[in-house]
Amino acid sequence: MRVTVIDYKAGNLTSVLKALRHLGAEPVVSDADLAPVEFAESILLPGVGHFAATNYLDKTGLTPAIRAAIARGVPFLGICVGMQWLFAGSTEAPGQPGLAHFPDQCARFPEGSEKVPHVGWNSLQVRIGSRLLAGVDPGEFVYFTHSYKAPVTADTAAVTKYIESFASAVEHDNVMGVQFHPEKSGEAGLKILQNFLALKTEATTC
Amino acid sequence: MLTKRIIACLDVHAGRVVKGVQFVDIVDAGDPAELAARHAREGADEIVLLDITATHEGRATLLDTVRRAARELFVPFCVGGGIRTAHDAEQVFDAGADKVSVNSAALADPALIDSIGRSFGAQAVVVAIDARRDPAAVDPVGDAQVLVQGGRKTTGRRVVEWAREAESRGAGEILLTSMDADGTRAGFDCELTSAVSQAVNIPVIASGGAGTVAHFTDVFERGRADAALAASIFHFGVSSARSLKQELARAGVPVRLPC
Repeated sequence: MRVTVIDYKAGNLTSVLKALRHLGAEPVVSDADLAPVEFAESILLPGVGHFAATNYLDKTGLTPAIRAAIARGVPFLGICVGMQWLFAGSTEAPGQPGLAHFPDQCARFPEGSEKVPHVGWNSLQVRIGSRLLAGVDPGEFVYFTHSYKAPVTADTAAVTKYIESFASAVEHDNVMGVQFHPEKSGEAGLKILQNFLALKTEATTC
Repeated sequence: MLTKRIIACLDVHAGRVVKGVQFVDIVDAGDPAELAARHAREGADEIVLLDITATHEGRATLLDTVRRAARELFVPFCVGGGIRTAHDAEQVFDAGADKVSVNSAALADPALIDSIGRSFGAQAVVVAIDARRDPAAVDPVGDAQVLVQGGRKTTGRRVVEWAREAESRGAGEILLTSMDADGTRAGFDCELTSAVSQAVNIPVIASGGAGTVAHFTDVFERGRADAALAASIFHFGVSSARSLKQELARAGVPVRLPC
């Protein structure tokens, strides 16, 4: 299983690469080089840090290359900021557009009685039929660390509640994202990465 | 629902896990990689590895220990001790840590917090504070002092004020150790933990004094801690994180179960 992991210089890739190798995958790291995206079997966009860091994808031409790969039906998984990038943008960096594969905006948790960021293990309510989350037990706990979140829409694959309900996973055909860190979520997280690695490119009909 | 984290702490000296009472009477408690894996298997929500006698010469040993411990660890992993520069932090991240904990180096140069946060994200920076109540002060908790060098030296800084500064510089979490309670197994300093937790908007990990399940319930409720750290109660088979969490769940504390 070859998987192209995008390095956009926004943090450390060690944990995600370690988890992929543990599952028997061969991660190929791509930074400014487009070839690993153009010939990708699947693409993983990790993410820790600030939404503004995704500007690197625009600067290097990775954004149109990823868009084209997605259109070819290549399985795509975004983690944390990598999931938020699938949306039109985030109030964290208003001038920085996302991929806009999903039309909505990401926004900060409202201030109030609870702390922001949302850090720790919280549970998933999984939508039936999700390929990414197949076999994940109802109420399974996964590890989060973020201050911005995506809204619940028709493309939401899992919902988590902290202050309010937000999309902890999205999935539409070959395009998927998780707000939590599967590489840090124990057996449940490894199961989710394994599900992603098992997906194959399927020719899209549109 | 967001759960309260139980974090297993490994104090490491020269590549071995050790445990002492108030940083003296140190005894050997095993191999860090083996213990990290065991704690994760037994339900710990996170692992912290602290190099308690960090020296320049010991860096290679530490990085090797971190690499070995990280290899099969798929829960958050924080490493601290002897991280003095952003470069030190980078080496620890490359070895497999998800977070670094900085203590005396951040007090000496608070911009270290900003610098690591800018490169690796705020979620990767834990500021560890060793605190001691000031019995001579009118408000011993509000005026609690920040100590360094394993509690041997005062800094003249107040705990609550330093926690706020760390947050404003981009720290992702505070690891608060009560030097009064550490190693006593007589309970966490809930008043101090609560004062810090209410002063900042980032998670506070309570440390020092864990001995019974009731101590944990107390620090989550009265102490408003987001997570609690324990070392000695796990190492010698007194309890596992899982059995601790099962008892916490019975007491109404939200925890990650099954795990």
